[in-house]
Amino acid sequence: MADLKARIAKRCAKHFEDGDFINLGIGLPTMVADYLPEDVIITCHSENGFAGIDILADEETLDVNIINSGGQYVTALPRAKFFDTAESFGLVRGGHVKATVLGAMEVAENGDLANWIVPGKKVAGMGGAMDLCVGCPEVIITMLHTQKGNHKIKKQCTLPLTAEKCVTAIITEMAVMHVTPEGIVVTELHPDYTKEEVQAATGVDLIWSPDLKPYDET
Amino acid sequence: MFNKILTADEAVAGVQDGMTIMVGGFLGTGSPEVLMDALVRKGVKHLTVIGNDGGLAEGQPAGEFAGKTPRGIGKLLENHMVDHVIMSHVGVNPRLNEQFADGSLTYTLVPQGTLAEKIRAAAYGLGGVLTPVGLGTPMETDLDELGRKKEVMEIDGKKYLFERPLHADYSFIRASMADKFGNYMCSKATRNFNIVMAGAADHTVIAAEKLVEVGSVDPDIWQVAGVLVESIVEGESAWQI
Repeated sequence: MADLKARIAKRCAKHFEDGDFINLGIGLPTMVADYLPEDVIITCHSENGFAGIDILADEETLDVNIINSGGQYVTALPRAKFFDTAESFGLVRGGHVKATVLGAMEVAENGDLANWIVPGKKVAGMGGAMDLCVGCPEVIITMLHTQKGNHKIKKQCTLPLTAEKCVTAIITEMAVMHVTPEGIVVTELHPDYTKEEVQAATGVDLIWSPDLKPYDET
Repeated sequence: MFNKILTADEAVAGVQDGMTIMVGGFLGTGSPEVLMDALVRKGVKHLTVIGNDGGLAEGQPAGEFAGKTPRGIGKLLENHMVDHVIMSHVGVNPRLNEQFADGSLTYTLVPQGTLAEKIRAAAYGLGGVLTPVGLGTPMETDLDELGRKKEVMEIDGKKYLFERPLHADYSFIRASMADKFGNYMCSKATRNFNIVMAGAADHTVIAAEKLVEVGSVDPDIWQVAGVLVESIVEGESAWQI
Protein backbone atom coordinates (compact mmCIF):
# COMPACT_ATOMS: atom_id res chain seq x y z
CA MET A 1 0.00 0.00 0.00
CA ALA A 2 2.77 2.43 0.94
CA ASP A 3 4.50 1.57 -2.35
CA LEU A 4 1.31 2.23 -4.29
CA LYS A 5 0.87 5.60 -2.62
CA ALA A 6 4.50 6.51 -3.36
CA ARG A 7 3.90 5.52 -7.00
CA ILE A 8 0.91 7.86 -7.19
CA ALA A 9 2.78 10.74 -5.51
CA LYS A 10 5.76 10.27 -7.81
CA ARG A 11 3.57 10.28 -10.93
CA CYS A 12 1.69 13.34 -9.76
CA ALA A 13 4.95 15.24 -9.20
CA LYS A 14 5.76 14.90 -12.92
CA HIS A 15 2.64 16.83 -13.76
CA PHE A 16 4.13 20.15 -12.67
CA GLU A 17 6.23 22.60 -14.62
CA ASP A 18 8.88 25.16 -13.86
CA GLY A 19 7.32 28.20 -12.19
CA ASP A 20 4.09 26.54 -11.04
CA PHE A 21 2.36 27.70 -7.84
CA ILE A 22 0.42 24.77 -6.36
CA ASN A 23 -1.32 23.55 -3.21
CA LEU A 24 -0.80 20.06 -1.82
CA GLY A 25 -3.46 18.66 0.51
CA ILE A 26 -2.89 16.55 3.60
CA GLY A 27 -1.89 12.87 3.40
CA LEU A 28 -0.91 11.33 0.07
CA PRO A 29 -0.86 14.75 -1.68
CA THR A 30 1.78 15.98 0.80
CA MET A 31 4.05 13.14 -0.40
CA VAL A 32 4.09 14.73 -3.87
CA ALA A 33 6.53 17.35 -2.53
CA ASP A 34 9.14 14.62 -1.96
CA TYR A 35 9.25 13.85 -5.70
CA LEU A 36 9.12 17.32 -7.27
CA PRO A 37 11.98 17.66 -9.75
CA GLU A 38 14.95 19.56 -8.35
CA ASP A 39 15.91 21.49 -11.46
CA VAL A 40 12.68 23.54 -11.54
CA ILE A 41 11.15 26.18 -9.30
CA ILE A 42 7.78 25.09 -7.95
CA THR A 43 6.22 27.05 -5.10
CA CYS A 44 3.78 25.39 -2.73
CA HIS A 45 0.94 27.30 -1.09
CA SER A 46 0.15 26.55 2.55
CA GLU A 47 -3.38 27.90 2.89
CA ASN A 48 -3.02 28.72 6.59
CA GLY A 49 -0.63 31.48 5.72
CA PHE A 50 2.19 31.42 3.19
CA ALA A 51 3.57 30.61 -0.23
CA GLY A 52 6.89 28.77 -0.28
CA ILE A 53 6.58 25.87 2.14
CA ASP A 54 9.79 23.82 2.37
CA ILE A 55 10.12 20.78 4.64
CA LEU A 56 9.19 19.60 8.15
CA ALA A 57 11.17 21.49 10.79
CA ASP A 58 13.65 19.80 13.11
CA GLU A 59 14.97 21.05 16.44
CA GLU A 60 17.54 23.21 14.66
CA THR A 61 15.16 24.87 12.23
CA LEU A 62 12.05 25.08 14.39
CA ASP A 63 10.18 28.39 14.29
CA VAL A 64 7.00 28.20 16.37
CA ASN A 65 5.38 30.82 14.13
CA ILE A 66 5.52 28.58 11.05
CA ILE A 67 3.09 25.69 10.67
CA ASN A 68 1.54 24.04 7.64
CA SER A 69 -2.19 23.59 7.17
CA GLY A 70 -2.02 20.27 9.04
CA GLY A 71 -0.55 22.03 12.10
CA GLN A 72 2.95 20.60 11.68
CA TYR A 73 6.00 22.79 12.21
CA VAL A 74 7.66 23.39 8.86
CA THR A 75 10.28 25.63 7.30
CA ALA A 76 9.81 28.32 4.65
CA LEU A 77 11.86 28.84 1.49
CA PRO A 78 13.85 32.07 1.00
CA ARG A 79 11.23 33.17 -1.58
CA ALA A 80 8.37 32.63 0.90
CA LYS A 81 5.63 35.20 1.32
CA PHE A 82 3.52 35.09 4.47
CA PHE A 83 -0.07 36.28 4.39
CA ASP A 84 -3.31 36.26 6.34
CA THR A 85 -6.29 34.04 5.57
CA ALA A 86 -8.08 36.63 3.40
CA GLU A 87 -5.06 37.08 1.12
CA SER A 88 -4.37 33.36 1.12
CA PHE A 89 -7.84 32.51 -0.16
CA GLY A 90 -7.89 35.54 -2.44
CA LEU A 91 -4.97 33.88 -4.22
CA VAL A 92 -6.99 30.67 -4.34
CA ARG A 93 -10.36 32.03 -5.51
CA GLY A 94 -8.64 34.38 -7.93
CA GLY A 95 -7.24 31.40 -9.81
CA HIS A 96 -3.63 32.30 -8.97
CA VAL A 97 -2.86 28.90 -7.44
CA LYS A 98 -2.62 26.81 -10.59
CA ALA A 99 -3.41 23.42 -9.14
CA THR A 100 -4.54 21.71 -5.98
CA VAL A 101 -3.78 18.06 -5.23
CA LEU A 102 -6.34 16.37 -3.00
CA GLY A 103 -7.67 12.97 -2.03
CA ALA A 104 -11.25 11.92 -2.72
CA MET A 105 -14.00 9.73 -1.37
CA GLU A 106 -15.92 9.93 -4.66
CA VAL A 107 -15.32 11.51 -8.06
CA ALA A 108 -18.13 11.69 -10.62
CA GLU A 109 -17.87 11.37 -14.39
CA ASN A 110 -18.52 15.12 -14.79
CA GLY A 111 -15.79 16.07 -12.29
CA ASP A 112 -17.99 16.51 -9.21
CA LEU A 113 -15.95 15.83 -6.08
CA ALA A 114 -16.95 14.55 -2.64
CA ASN A 115 -14.14 14.47 -0.11
CA TRP A 116 -15.21 16.27 3.05
CA ILE A 117 -18.12 14.67 4.89
CA VAL A 118 -19.87 11.36 5.44
CA PRO A 119 -23.32 12.04 6.93
CA GLY A 120 -23.70 10.45 10.35
CA LYS A 121 -19.95 10.14 10.94
CA LYS A 122 -17.70 12.41 13.00
CA VAL A 123 -17.70 15.93 11.50
CA ALA A 124 -14.36 17.38 10.39
CA GLY A 125 -15.40 20.33 8.25
CA MET A 126 -14.24 21.41 4.82
CA GLY A 127 -11.42 23.70 5.96
CA GLY A 128 -10.10 25.23 2.74
CA ALA A 129 -11.06 22.36 0.41
CA MET A 130 -14.14 23.99 -1.13
CA ASP A 131 -12.26 27.22 -1.87
CA LEU A 132 -9.36 25.29 -3.42
CA CYS A 133 -11.60 23.13 -5.62
CA VAL A 134 -13.54 26.11 -6.94
CA GLY A 135 -10.59 28.48 -7.30
CA CYS A 136 -7.73 26.40 -8.68
CA PRO A 137 -7.83 25.93 -12.46
CA GLU A 138 -6.61 22.35 -12.00
CA VAL A 139 -7.94 19.96 -9.34
CA ILE A 140 -5.87 16.79 -9.34
CA ILE A 141 -7.14 13.83 -7.35
CA THR A 142 -4.52 11.40 -6.07
CA MET A 143 -6.03 8.27 -4.54
CA LEU A 144 -6.13 4.50 -4.55
CA HIS A 145 -8.44 3.52 -7.39
CA THR A 146 -11.03 1.80 -5.17
CA GLN A 147 -11.99 1.80 -1.50
CA LYS A 148 -11.55 -1.87 -0.50
CA GLY A 149 -12.85 -2.90 -3.91
CA ASN A 150 -15.74 -0.40 -3.98
CA HIS A 151 -15.85 2.12 -6.80
CA LYS A 152 -14.75 5.68 -5.99
CA ILE A 153 -15.03 6.90 -9.59
CA LYS A 154 -18.79 6.90 -10.21
CA LYS A 155 -21.55 8.14 -12.51
CA GLN A 156 -22.67 10.47 -9.73
CA CYS A 157 -21.43 11.19 -6.22
CA THR A 158 -23.71 9.93 -3.45
CA LEU A 159 -21.96 11.94 -0.69
CA PRO A 160 -22.39 15.72 -0.25
CA LEU A 161 -20.16 17.54 -2.72
CA THR A 162 -17.05 19.57 -2.02
CA ALA A 163 -17.47 21.33 -5.36
CA GLU A 164 -19.25 20.78 -8.67
CA LYS A 165 -17.46 19.84 -11.90
CA CYS A 166 -14.03 20.75 -10.55
CA VAL A 167 -11.81 17.67 -10.99
CA THR A 168 -9.51 17.90 -13.99
CA ALA A 169 -7.31 14.81 -13.49
CA ILE A 170 -7.26 11.61 -11.43
CA ILE A 171 -4.05 9.75 -10.67
CA THR A 172 -4.35 6.29 -9.11
CA GLU A 173 -2.02 3.29 -8.79
CA MET A 174 -3.64 1.90 -11.95
CA ALA A 175 -3.93 4.80 -14.33
CA VAL A 176 -3.75 8.50 -15.14
CA MET A 177 -7.13 9.91 -16.19
CA HIS A 178 -8.46 13.25 -17.38
CA VAL A 179 -11.98 14.54 -16.93
CA THR A 180 -13.34 15.82 -20.27
CA PRO A 181 -16.77 16.90 -21.53
CA GLU A 182 -17.01 13.47 -23.22
CA GLY A 183 -16.16 11.52 -20.06
CA ILE A 184 -13.13 10.19 -18.23
CA VAL A 185 -10.23 9.59 -20.60
CA VAL A 186 -7.40 7.25 -19.61
CA THR A 187 -4.08 8.55 -20.88
CA GLU A 188 -1.68 6.24 -19.02
CA LEU A 189 -2.11 2.62 -17.91
CA HIS A 190 0.16 0.93 -15.36
CA PRO A 191 1.71 -2.30 -16.74
CA ASP A 192 0.57 -4.26 -13.65
CA TYR A 193 -3.04 -3.97 -14.82
CA THR A 194 -5.09 -4.74 -17.92
CA LYS A 195 -7.66 -2.36 -19.41
CA GLU A 196 -10.34 -4.79 -18.26
CA GLU A 197 -9.10 -4.68 -14.66
CA VAL A 198 -9.08 -0.87 -14.61
CA GLN A 199 -12.55 -0.73 -16.17
CA ALA A 200 -13.87 -3.25 -13.61
CA ALA A 201 -12.49 -1.06 -10.79
CA THR A 202 -14.29 2.00 -12.19
CA GLY A 203 -17.98 2.88 -12.00
CA VAL A 204 -18.16 4.71 -15.34
CA ASP A 205 -17.36 3.66 -18.92
CA LEU A 206 -13.79 4.75 -19.44
CA ILE A 207 -12.61 6.29 -22.70
CA TRP A 208 -9.22 4.97 -23.77
CA SER A 209 -7.02 7.62 -25.30
CA PRO A 210 -5.79 6.81 -28.81
CA ASP A 211 -2.41 7.92 -27.43
CA LEU A 212 -2.57 5.61 -24.41
CA LYS A 213 0.89 5.43 -22.83
CA PRO A 214 2.44 3.28 -20.16
CA TYR A 215 2.26 4.84 -16.66
CA ASP A 216 5.30 7.08 -16.29
CA GLU A 217 7.28 5.60 -13.41
CA THR A 218 10.68 6.97 -14.36
CA MET B 1 -5.54 60.98 27.53
CA PHE B 2 -6.94 57.61 26.68
CA ASN B 3 -5.04 54.51 27.63
CA LYS B 4 -5.69 51.24 25.84
CA ILE B 5 -3.41 49.11 28.00
CA LEU B 6 -5.34 46.85 30.34
CA THR B 7 -4.77 43.63 32.23
CA ALA B 8 -6.23 40.52 30.60
CA ASP B 9 -8.93 40.35 33.26
CA GLU B 10 -9.90 43.99 32.66
CA ALA B 11 -9.95 43.45 28.90
CA VAL B 12 -12.49 40.59 29.12
CA ALA B 13 -14.54 42.08 31.97
CA GLY B 14 -17.33 43.12 29.59
CA VAL B 15 -17.80 39.66 28.09
CA GLN B 16 -21.23 38.41 29.16
CA ASP B 17 -22.92 35.02 29.02
CA GLY B 18 -24.41 34.39 25.58
CA MET B 19 -22.15 36.81 23.69
CA THR B 20 -20.49 36.13 20.35
CA ILE B 21 -16.70 36.32 20.25
CA MET B 22 -14.16 35.76 17.50
CA VAL B 23 -10.69 34.41 18.21
CA GLY B 24 -7.59 34.38 15.98
CA GLY B 25 -5.39 31.34 15.52
CA PHE B 26 -4.97 28.25 13.38
CA LEU B 27 -4.64 24.94 15.24
CA GLY B 28 -3.27 26.84 18.22
CA THR B 29 -0.71 28.91 16.31
CA GLY B 30 -1.41 32.62 16.69
CA SER B 31 -4.11 32.29 19.32
CA PRO B 32 -4.32 34.88 22.12
CA GLU B 33 -3.65 32.61 25.09
CA VAL B 34 -3.66 35.19 27.88
CA LEU B 35 -7.12 36.33 26.78
CA MET B 36 -8.46 32.77 26.66
CA ASP B 37 -7.04 32.20 30.17
CA ALA B 38 -8.81 35.35 31.38
CA LEU B 39 -12.12 34.20 29.88
CA VAL B 40 -11.72 30.87 31.68
CA ARG B 41 -11.07 32.72 34.97
CA LYS B 42 -14.15 34.85 34.38
CA GLY B 43 -16.14 31.70 33.69
CA VAL B 44 -18.57 33.07 31.08
CA LYS B 45 -20.96 30.56 29.54
CA HIS B 46 -23.09 29.99 26.45
CA LEU B 47 -20.68 31.73 24.11
CA THR B 48 -20.91 31.63 20.33
CA VAL B 49 -17.33 31.38 19.10
CA ILE B 50 -16.06 32.27 15.63
CA GLY B 51 -12.65 30.94 14.65
CA ASN B 52 -10.94 28.79 12.07
CA ASP B 53 -10.92 25.69 14.28
CA GLY B 54 -11.25 24.58 17.90
CA GLY B 55 -7.58 25.02 18.81
CA LEU B 56 -6.08 22.13 20.72
CA ALA B 57 -7.43 20.03 23.60
CA GLU B 58 -5.79 19.10 26.89
CA GLY B 59 -3.02 16.61 26.16
CA GLN B 60 -3.15 17.13 22.41
CA PRO B 61 0.19 18.05 20.86
CA ALA B 62 0.10 20.11 17.65
CA GLY B 63 3.27 18.61 16.31
CA GLU B 64 6.37 16.84 17.38
CA PHE B 65 7.58 19.74 19.49
CA ALA B 66 4.34 21.01 20.94
CA GLY B 67 3.33 21.21 24.53
CA LYS B 68 0.35 19.42 25.97
CA THR B 69 -1.86 22.12 27.38
CA PRO B 70 -5.04 23.20 25.63
CA ARG B 71 -4.56 26.06 23.21
CA GLY B 72 -6.73 28.85 21.89
CA ILE B 73 -10.46 28.12 21.73
CA GLY B 74 -9.58 24.68 23.12
CA LYS B 75 -9.40 26.30 26.58
CA LEU B 76 -13.02 27.47 26.31
CA LEU B 77 -14.15 24.04 25.10
CA GLU B 78 -12.37 22.21 27.95
CA ASN B 79 -14.39 24.36 30.34
CA HIS B 80 -17.75 23.91 28.54
CA MET B 81 -18.12 27.65 27.96
CA VAL B 82 -19.33 27.40 24.36
CA ASP B 83 -22.82 26.69 22.95
CA HIS B 84 -22.18 27.26 19.26
CA VAL B 85 -19.12 27.42 17.01
CA ILE B 86 -18.77 28.99 13.55
CA MET B 87 -15.67 27.42 12.00
CA SER B 88 -14.18 25.93 8.86
CA HIS B 89 -12.67 22.91 10.58
CA VAL B 90 -13.90 21.01 13.63
CA GLY B 91 -12.02 17.72 13.23
CA VAL B 92 -8.78 18.23 15.17
CA ASN B 93 -9.81 19.12 18.72
CA PRO B 94 -11.79 16.05 19.90
CA ARG B 95 -13.77 18.12 22.45
CA LEU B 96 -15.81 19.53 19.54
CA ASN B 97 -17.21 16.22 18.32
CA GLU B 98 -17.65 14.99 21.92
CA GLN B 99 -19.76 18.04 22.73
CA PHE B 100 -21.70 17.81 19.44
CA ALA B 101 -22.50 14.20 20.38
CA ASP B 102 -23.69 15.02 23.91
CA GLY B 103 -25.84 17.85 22.56
CA SER B 104 -24.14 20.67 24.49
CA LEU B 105 -22.56 22.26 21.41
CA THR B 106 -23.83 23.03 17.90
CA TYR B 107 -21.92 24.22 14.86
CA THR B 108 -22.10 26.14 11.61
CA LEU B 109 -19.44 25.24 9.05
CA VAL B 110 -18.12 27.93 6.72
CA PRO B 111 -15.42 27.37 4.06
CA GLN B 112 -12.14 28.92 5.23
CA GLY B 113 -11.87 31.62 2.58
CA THR B 114 -15.54 32.51 2.93
CA LEU B 115 -15.16 32.75 6.71
CA ALA B 116 -12.35 35.29 6.29
CA GLU B 117 -14.41 37.34 3.81
CA LYS B 118 -17.56 37.33 5.98
CA ILE B 119 -15.46 38.68 8.85
CA ARG B 120 -13.73 41.21 6.62
CA ALA B 121 -17.11 42.37 5.31
CA ALA B 122 -18.21 43.08 8.89
CA ALA B 123 -15.02 45.00 9.64
CA TYR B 124 -14.95 47.04 6.45
CA GLY B 125 -18.55 48.02 5.79
CA LEU B 126 -19.63 45.61 3.09
CA GLY B 127 -23.18 44.24 2.93
CA GLY B 128 -21.82 40.76 2.27
CA VAL B 129 -19.77 38.97 -0.34
CA LEU B 130 -20.54 37.02 -3.50
CA THR B 131 -18.51 33.84 -3.82
CA PRO B 132 -18.69 30.85 -6.14
CA VAL B 133 -17.43 28.65 -3.28
CA GLY B 134 -20.09 26.30 -1.92
CA LEU B 135 -22.40 26.24 -4.96
CA GLY B 136 -23.86 22.77 -5.42
CA THR B 137 -22.80 21.73 -1.92
CA PRO B 138 -24.54 21.79 1.47
CA MET B 139 -23.25 25.38 1.83
CA GLU B 140 -25.88 26.42 -0.70
CA THR B 141 -28.81 24.65 0.94
CA ASP B 142 -27.89 24.79 4.66
CA LEU B 143 -29.06 27.78 6.66
CA ASP B 144 -26.38 30.26 7.73
CA GLU B 145 -25.12 30.91 11.28
CA LEU B 146 -28.26 32.90 12.14
CA GLY B 147 -30.67 30.45 10.51
CA ARG B 148 -31.16 32.49 7.32
CA LYS B 149 -31.49 30.96 3.86
CA LYS B 150 -28.68 31.81 1.47
CA GLU B 151 -29.39 33.41 -1.86
CA VAL B 152 -27.84 32.34 -5.15
CA MET B 153 -27.32 35.38 -7.38
CA GLU B 154 -26.44 35.48 -11.04
CA ILE B 155 -24.09 38.28 -12.05
CA ASP B 156 -23.14 38.61 -15.73
CA GLY B 157 -24.12 35.01 -16.36
CA LYS B 158 -22.14 33.55 -13.47
CA LYS B 159 -23.65 32.14 -10.29
CA TYR B 160 -22.53 33.16 -6.81
CA LEU B 161 -23.59 32.47 -3.27
CA PHE B 162 -24.40 35.56 -1.25
CA GLU B 163 -22.72 35.39 2.15
CA ARG B 164 -23.58 37.91 4.85
CA PRO B 165 -21.12 39.74 7.13
CA LEU B 166 -20.12 38.03 10.35
CA HIS B 167 -19.93 40.36 13.32
CA ALA B 168 -19.13 39.69 16.99
CA ASP B 169 -19.27 41.42 20.36
CA TYR B 170 -15.54 40.88 20.92
CA SER B 171 -12.54 40.06 18.71
CA PHE B 172 -9.60 38.45 20.50
CA ILE B 173 -6.33 38.66 18.61
CA ARG B 174 -2.66 37.75 19.12
CA ALA B 175 -0.07 40.27 17.96
CA SER B 176 3.62 39.46 17.74
CA MET B 177 4.41 43.12 18.31
CA ALA B 178 2.27 46.19 18.99
CA ASP B 179 2.81 49.78 19.97
CA LYS B 180 0.91 51.48 22.76
CA PHE B 181 -1.50 53.02 20.26
CA GLY B 182 -2.54 49.52 19.12
CA ASN B 183 -0.80 49.37 15.75
CA TYR B 184 0.32 45.78 15.41
CA MET B 185 1.94 43.08 13.31
CA CYS B 186 1.69 39.31 13.37
CA SER B 187 4.77 37.29 12.58
CA LYS B 188 4.78 34.74 9.75
CA ALA B 189 2.00 32.14 9.90
CA THR B 190 0.45 33.66 13.02
CA ARG B 191 -1.32 36.20 10.80
CA ASN B 192 -4.16 33.82 9.84
CA PHE B 193 -7.41 35.34 11.20
CA ASN B 194 -5.58 37.86 13.42
CA ILE B 195 -5.66 40.46 10.63
CA VAL B 196 -9.28 40.34 9.42
CA MET B 197 -10.81 40.06 12.88
CA ALA B 198 -9.67 43.55 13.89
CA GLY B 199 -12.66 45.85 13.75
CA ALA B 200 -15.17 43.09 12.99
CA ALA B 201 -16.50 43.26 16.56
CA ASP B 202 -17.80 45.97 18.88
CA HIS B 203 -14.62 45.57 20.92
CA THR B 204 -11.25 44.52 19.50
CA VAL B 205 -8.73 43.27 22.05
CA ILE B 206 -5.15 42.33 21.19
CA ALA B 207 -2.70 40.34 23.28
CA ALA B 208 0.85 41.36 22.40
CA GLU B 209 4.03 39.35 22.75
CA LYS B 210 6.04 42.55 22.62
CA LEU B 211 4.72 46.03 23.36
CA VAL B 212 6.77 49.04 22.29
CA GLU B 213 6.51 52.80 22.73
CA VAL B 214 4.76 54.76 20.00
CA GLY B 215 7.36 55.96 17.50
CA SER B 216 10.08 53.60 18.67
CA VAL B 217 9.99 51.48 15.52
CA ASP B 218 9.54 52.24 11.83
CA PRO B 219 5.76 52.49 11.35
CA ASP B 220 6.19 50.70 8.02
CA ILE B 221 6.13 47.35 9.84
CA TRP B 222 2.58 47.63 11.15
CA GLN B 223 0.04 45.41 9.40
CA VAL B 224 -3.11 46.59 11.19
CA ALA B 225 -4.14 50.12 12.17
CA GLY B 226 -4.26 50.85 15.88
CA VAL B 227 -7.49 52.80 15.41
CA LEU B 228 -9.25 49.43 15.16
CA VAL B 229 -7.92 48.31 18.54
CA GLU B 230 -9.76 49.17 21.73
CA SER B 231 -7.66 47.30 24.30
CA ILE B 232 -4.10 46.05 24.46
CA VAL B 233 -2.95 43.34 26.85
CA GLU B 234 0.71 42.59 27.48
CA GLY B 235 2.34 39.34 28.41
CA GLU B 236 1.55 36.98 25.55
CA SER B 237 4.31 34.41 25.36
CA ALA B 238 6.34 34.37 22.15
CA TRP B 239 7.08 30.72 22.73
CA GLN B 240 3.82 29.28 21.56
CA ILE B 241 4.45 25.65 22.43
